[in-house]
Amino acid sequence: MNGPFQFRIDGVEVAATPGQTIMEAADAAGIYIPRLCDVEGLRHQGGCRVCTVKVGGKAAGRSVSACTQPAEPGLEVENDTEARNRVRRDLVEMLFHEGNHLCPICEKSGNCELQAMACRLDMTAATRFPYLEPCRDLDASHPDIALDTNRCISCGRCIRASQDVDAKGVFGYVGRGIHRRVAVNGADLAHTDAALADHAMSVCPVGCIIRKGEGFATPIGARHFDHGLIGHEIEGRAGEDLARKDGRK
Amino acid sequence: MTTETKVAYPPDAEIMAISASFGNDHHRMLDILLAVQEARRCISPSTMDTIAAAVGVTRIAVEGVASFYSFLSLAPKGRVTIRLCDDIVDRFSGLDAVVAAFEAELGIKMGETSADHGFSLDFTPCIGLCDQAPAAMINDVVATRLTAERATAIARALKRGLSAAEALVADHDVLSPYQRVRALVENNIRRPGEVLLGPVPEDAGLHAAAAMAPSAIIDAVEASGLRGCGGAGFTTGRKWRFAANAPSDRRFVICNADEGEPGTFKDRVVLTERADLVFEGMTIAARAVGAREGILYLRGEYVYLHEHLQAGLAARRARGGLGADFDIRIQMGAGAYICGEEGALISSCEGLPGEPKTRPPFPVTRGYLGHPTVVNNVETFAHVARILDRGAAWFNAIGTDKSHGTKLFSVSGDCTRPGVYELPYGLTLRELLSLAGAEDAAAVQVGGPSGTMVGRDSLDRRLTFDDLATGGAVIVFSARRNILEIVDYYMSFFVHESCGYCTPCRVGNVFLKKAIEKFRKGQANDDDIAYLKDLSATIIETSRCGLGMTSPKPVLSSLKNFPLVYSALTKPSKDGIKATFDIQSAISGARDIAKRRSYIFDKDFSK
Repeated sequence: MNGPFQFRIDGVEVAATPGQTIMEAADAAGIYIPRLCDVEGLRHQGGCRVCTVKVGGKAAGRSVSACTQPAEPGLEVENDTEARNRVRRDLVEMLFHEGNHLCPICEKSGNCELQAMACRLDMTAATRFPYLEPCRDLDASHPDIALDTNRCISCGRCIRASQDVDAKGVFGYVGRGIHRRVAVNGADLAHTDAALADHAMSVCPVGCIIRKGEGFATPIGARHFDHGLIGHEIEGRAGEDLARKDGRK
Repeated sequence: MTTETKVAYPPDAEIMAISASFGNDHHRMLDILLAVQEARRCISPSTMDTIAAAVGVTRIAVEGVASFYSFLSLAPKGRVTIRLCDDIVDRFSGLDAVVAAFEAELGIKMGETSADHGFSLDFTPCIGLCDQAPAAMINDVVATRLTAERATAIARALKRGLSAAEALVADHDVLSPYQRVRALVENNIRRPGEVLLGPVPEDAGLHAAAAMAPSAIIDAVEASGLRGCGGAGFTTGRKWRFAANAPSDRRFVICNADEGEPGTFKDRVVLTERADLVFEGMTIAARAVGAREGILYLRGEYVYLHEHLQAGLAARRARGGLGADFDIRIQMGAGAYICGEEGALISSCEGLPGEPKTRPPFPVTRGYLGHPTVVNNVETFAHVARILDRGAAWFNAIGTDKSHGTKLFSVSGDCTRPGVYELPYGLTLRELLSLAGAEDAAAVQVGGPSGTMVGRDSLDRRLTFDDLATGGAVIVFSARRNILEIVDYYMSFFVHESCGYCTPCRVGNVFLKKAIEKFRKGQANDDDIAYLKDLSATIIETSRCGLGMTSPKPVLSSLKNFPLVYSALTKPSKDGIKATFDIQSAISGARDIAKRRSYIFDKDFSK
């Protein structure tokens, strides 16, 4: 398997090249697979599991994370179905309940991917999950950056960005299980070489990494997800692609 | 830990020396941290800085490892750390009285360290001694069959300044490593079978293998029908073939001696009595796949077997029993059930937190340090040595059509003859229970918490891969036991042992445990049964590794086989308010802030 090949997502033919993950191929084809820990430009983690899809079709299908699973010729992928989205809703809700996510008082509201994902997945039913209500100290030691890990969803984007893009290693996971959390490379953030310009400070999907000195700067209506559901940029590519093809005709 | 007493630390040169003794290699981080823990009884922030600088990683990377493993501690521990096994079998065998005795004699509570840093008392999950519970780890030895009296006597001996070994084994300094193990722990071999626990000739399998081409060895193992004995049951020969065919100039063979499934202890007995057979099997595997390096990953709870295994390995090395081109090192674990998962085990061997790796790629193509790696269970390697000696056909003829050979079962709980039974695959659960003296079993946990809990109507099911599959654990519960207490314990085990990498296992298991607590408190309604099933389905479907894919099984299998236990405890919600909702606790925070009581909900309110 050396050349490009085809596989199907929800019955739609998608082109892929060897080594591409299901999500990479889907993104290129303008098909959005919901995700939280994965973000363009960073290596895949496969931790949030929101991108879980079913592969193989039929009853024997197995669930895999689309961000890490390589695409294969002839693969049948089930993505945007009620069953898959119900499971995703559970996962997003778990993340809401694991931390303290109080949208009305959060600066990230409207630009928050967790909130936007809840919106896209229609997370409107009354919850059955308990709230874990963590009570971790706010780290406001750094002059430009504050850290509220009570809002962290353990996506690890900051860790990967700091290691792989900034070549610093400001962040890392500590602990195990439900006590696993993101921590910093020193007594607190001020005792690290973190800088506001770091890529790591710009990838947080939620309101955990906070830029000091600004807040609620964008009015409601002009915030990122006021313009469309999360994933609409990727889905927009499908249209562009078709338009380009039409243009060539 | 309530005091701020400073422990007098030797200078950092000692830490540097420890790190240097492992070549300042960050892949040996777990060994470095274990040695530091042993020397300093904690991994302090300044120590982490020193190690980070010495091996060339960030301090947060060191902390990530140090904070992952249960037997590494960021806060100072006592000279003697007593870790009481709080498995459900220990709880049902008088653990409470033992706890009370230790607490009274040492003057500290569970989870605490004494002010003079003499003692720490902790709970730890199953330490592989369910057949002689209650049991405890005391530093690097173990105490079994504990009673309040024995606990008090041990605590007094330790307080007099005896080492843990001195307190538990008479003449420990004149005994051989093997004799020390035998003095500490009973084997309880109840039924030796013809493959492993009966008489075995020395190196007969290895001699046969030496005359065979590597591919012929793999053919023989595949023809024998041997499947992995750790629980997952993958065909051993196929695994080896994948590794042998993966292009690489370096390959590894790893023995998974991290049997952590609660109720399993058969590998403990194999490592005690048949260690040589295990090393022989590893050597054969190395020849078959072309590996020059081997690792035996020994769970931290089995640290008392370390010297015995080192001695066996040294003797084998000395007599040329590893072949000219192969060697094995023993990697100690540090208290993490997840490291029994092969990817997590490899991560741990690489000096990382024990997190499973993304699959694909699979370890047979990209495993330890990125090289093709065969990971097999202790029992599996021992079987290999016997298969090469007696032939594939001999092994294949034992057992059933799809489950070949013998299996070691670890039977414990409410039975008169707990211990290890080597029996051909295919016997019924009833037959095994009758051998173990457990005729009045009301519930049996087959395969440990990740297996299946069955009732009396399942006793004629067969112990095979296609019926009741098990890595070996068979835990018996009599009618006196509370099923929901067992399920609750198993869920707390999975919460404790989840690595936390993926959302469903990290968070979902906590929710599942909380839901079981609701049932136990009588606060559940009918909807909660559907809730348990839905939540379990999400966890199973989306978890990243086998731990999360099986962690809801105590809930699901007890719901299926003991539905009345649940339905008897549910009651309809009144007035549409959930039984778990308690208005008094809901408004208590607001009451504190307002500094007054509620007009509506505090019935006796008056101005």
